[in-house]
Amino acid sequence: MGERALERARDIDGRVQQGKAGSLAGVVMATKDILAMKDQPLTCGSHILNNYKSPFDATLIERLEAEDAIIIGKTNMDEFAMGSSTENSHFGAVKNPLDTSRVPGGSSGGSAVAVAADMALAAIGTDTGGSIRQPAAFCGVVGLKPTYGRVSRYGLVAYASSFDQAGPITRTVEDAALVLETIAGVDPHDSTSAPIDVPRFSSEVNQDVQGLRIGLPKEYFAEGLAPDMRSSLKQAIELLDRAGAKIMEVSLPHTEYAIATYYVLVTAEASSNLARYDGARYGFRSENPASLDEMYIQSRTQGFGEEVKRRIMLGTYVLSAGYYDAYYRKAQKVRTLIRRDFDEVFKTCDCLLTPTAPTTAFKLGDKLDNPLTMYLADIYTVSVNLAGLPAISVPCGKDSSGLPVGLQLIGKPFDESMVIRIGDFVEKQIADQQNAPA
Amino acid sequence: MSTEVKYEPVIGLEVHAQLLTKSKIFSTSSAAFGGEPNTKADPVCLGLPGVLPVLNKQVVVFAMRMGLATNCSVAPISIFARKNYFYPDLPKGYQISQFEEPICEHGHIDVELESGRKRIGITRIHLEEDAGKSVHAESFVASDETLVDVNRCGVPLIEIVSEPDIRTPHEAYLYLTQIKQIVQYLGICDGNMEEGSLRCDANVSVRPVGRERFGVKTELKNMNSFRGVEKALEYEIERQTRLIEGGGEVVQQTLLWDADRGEAIAMRGKEDSHDYRYFTDPDLVPVKISSTWLDEVRESLPELPTARKGRFVSEYSLPAYDAEVLTDDRHVADYFEQLAEVCGDPKAASNWVMVEVLRQVKESGGGIRDFEVSPAALGKLIKLVQKGDINLKTGKAVFAEMATTGADAGDIIAQKGLAQISDAGELAGQVREVLQQNPGEVAKFKAGKEQVIGFLVGQVMRATGGKANPKLVNEILREELAR
Repeated sequence: MGERALERARDIDGRVQQGKAGSLAGVVMATKDILAMKDQPLTCGSHILNNYKSPFDATLIERLEAEDAIIIGKTNMDEFAMGSSTENSHFGAVKNPLDTSRVPGGSSGGSAVAVAADMALAAIGTDTGGSIRQPAAFCGVVGLKPTYGRVSRYGLVAYASSFDQAGPITRTVEDAALVLETIAGVDPHDSTSAPIDVPRFSSEVNQDVQGLRIGLPKEYFAEGLAPDMRSSLKQAIELLDRAGAKIMEVSLPHTEYAIATYYVLVTAEASSNLARYDGARYGFRSENPASLDEMYIQSRTQGFGEEVKRRIMLGTYVLSAGYYDAYYRKAQKVRTLIRRDFDEVFKTCDCLLTPTAPTTAFKLGDKLDNPLTMYLADIYTVSVNLAGLPAISVPCGKDSSGLPVGLQLIGKPFDESMVIRIGDFVEKQIADQQNAPA
Repeated sequence: MSTEVKYEPVIGLEVHAQLLTKSKIFSTSSAAFGGEPNTKADPVCLGLPGVLPVLNKQVVVFAMRMGLATNCSVAPISIFARKNYFYPDLPKGYQISQFEEPICEHGHIDVELESGRKRIGITRIHLEEDAGKSVHAESFVASDETLVDVNRCGVPLIEIVSEPDIRTPHEAYLYLTQIKQIVQYLGICDGNMEEGSLRCDANVSVRPVGRERFGVKTELKNMNSFRGVEKALEYEIERQTRLIEGGGEVVQQTLLWDADRGEAIAMRGKEDSHDYRYFTDPDLVPVKISSTWLDEVRESLPELPTARKGRFVSEYSLPAYDAEVLTDDRHVADYFEQLAEVCGDPKAASNWVMVEVLRQVKESGGGIRDFEVSPAALGKLIKLVQKGDINLKTGKAVFAEMATTGADAGDIIAQKGLAQISDAGELAGQVREVLQQNPGEVAKFKAGKEQVIGFLVGQVMRATGGKANPKLVNEILREELAR
């Protein structure tokens, strides 16, 4: 991987001198190890993909390299993107560079850390229920989850296909816009990618927010949100208000069902998506299985981690005869209701503003024993994936322990421009304020 | 017992047809039959991490054709679903199929029985991908191994599911052969059961005549020929009937037909307890078919076998039997029509195709499309026979030679000096010679025994090496005898 990067760097140097370099020439990047790069290992943080190398490039990797970005490495992650702390990796837990006793968030923890610790200028993460935004918030960087269908999923190893979306983790909103405009756009290899024009997202920076209607969903500011985080967000809201944005309280009445709905649907899809890891063709196979069934059972038992197995079992259960209607079908209906909630509020708002996560970075090991509390770490992010909307997390001050707080902006479908515009404004205003003399 | 209970079978067929597209249903590798194992694969059909399926549009067109040809309603929106199960030849651990919303529904075809026409309903036709092939029990496979060939993974299939309207193995045979004919006419499948491009599973139960409720059914698999389906059904119906008559009960199970032993054997394992956990495939978007698109496909449909049979009777004045034989295979019918046009005599063309052509094709072991003699070449030969340049017997010999060498009829005739002797002067000489050599027969003729003329014609034919125009020989003989 290092050699490939160095070789590319030399090529790009040549092109820079000839004035023919791409728009991301020389930008050093990292990618979550869930995106395929030709002839490179592709582990998804799992033992079951032991020694597996991909024979092809993901579409978004091709697009980045076509603009001369240099990908120097792949980042650790929760196994198959299942987790909110990047502790569920076969290769060990990732630590938060701001406080190494804490988690970086997940599942794209490695990508957020790479950017926060200045190892890369930008990194690619993937977001199924908050896996770009929540680690960005925990590490004090920017994370942008595009609209479902905006960025090709070809080469992104599927966790939950109707939720997964890749996007940038960067130091600034402008950088996120630059990366997004490079990787976005329809792809003939992905039937679910949208044939919608890609605007120049980077032209949205340094715009005013005068007259923009920003909704505050009351369900996202209810109890459970720490007071110091609340006050950080309040500060940003006041800045927007003063700049002429119209702040309004709105309601997303089905929010309370989001976590349950999310975990029924993503586990169902995961149980099927992960069936291919059976030891028959590639990756890990258990030693000397006595029969075909034994080969499946032992390879999967030994190859997958606990959280992955838990979700496969949950998903298998909700799709089973006799339970399908009560769980899977019902959850699909609730998903529709959650989408309609957003359709409704977007009749009166241009954008929604919420916290990214209910807490700041928590301690390593804190939630490992209780999956349910871990699942609640995604409470403010999963609805966005259920509805397929674009959202960004931008840093918004610190909590009382000095840990970064993330502010989430949610846009209408394919209106990444709006969350970039407001996100850029918030980012710069807060920076100005912090730099101002006391 | 005052009356004996009679049982009737209830049969439904599930037919899988491999579609003749160039590439696979969701990826770019070749969908052609056969080839070295594991040479027709790509990351998508192998289900490698990160791949996504993209639907081959031609597959949809083929399914639309089949739906229209079998009187189905074609759904404006249909959905792909995942059928989840583990098997080494199923690389993703699920098969992409259609479940709740198939592409075609509510169709039927009619089969001709001696008692009249019978309508058999088609419940649905859906699209799916084929799995690979697991190979075991072959000389080159160790007893504790299974080899997998992925060439077939992702080959497009349609599954045609009939209503349980079929009542006899013969009806099943007729239904199945008609399905084969239709897919061949539509050019969507080559309909070869032996190679597996057409596969048939049967659900069968028996019940006392007059009862509405169905009996417990079994599923028959592994029938590799059209007659095999008929035989397997006969076997299973008899087995079930005897079982019930003996006070037993039919157990719902899957049986594999063993054509060599002529019996069906229960499959090991709990095939029927599978829970496939179908759900909508999130990687694919709904298949949308506009009325404009459907109209285009409808207009491009070729003439179907039943319609063509009727037209052969009305347009060419052929007997129903000829029309039936000629339209059985679309390419035979095409051959006939071209031949009829070239030679201008449909009945002669029909006779030649039904007897000589089909025999030669059968002997060649190939299909009529690979046949050496084109309709144009055969048409030329037929014309030579009709003009009297050669007689019919010679014509058939020439045809046999054409079929093996591919040579032109005129060349063969010239080269071998086979042209018919139609020169009256030359023939008169031969006739006189024969009469001189056979005074006894001449006397018999003059005594009123007209039949001997046949013998005398034969003698002239022999003397000319079969080249004499028999009609002319007959005329000259009578003239000479009358002297």
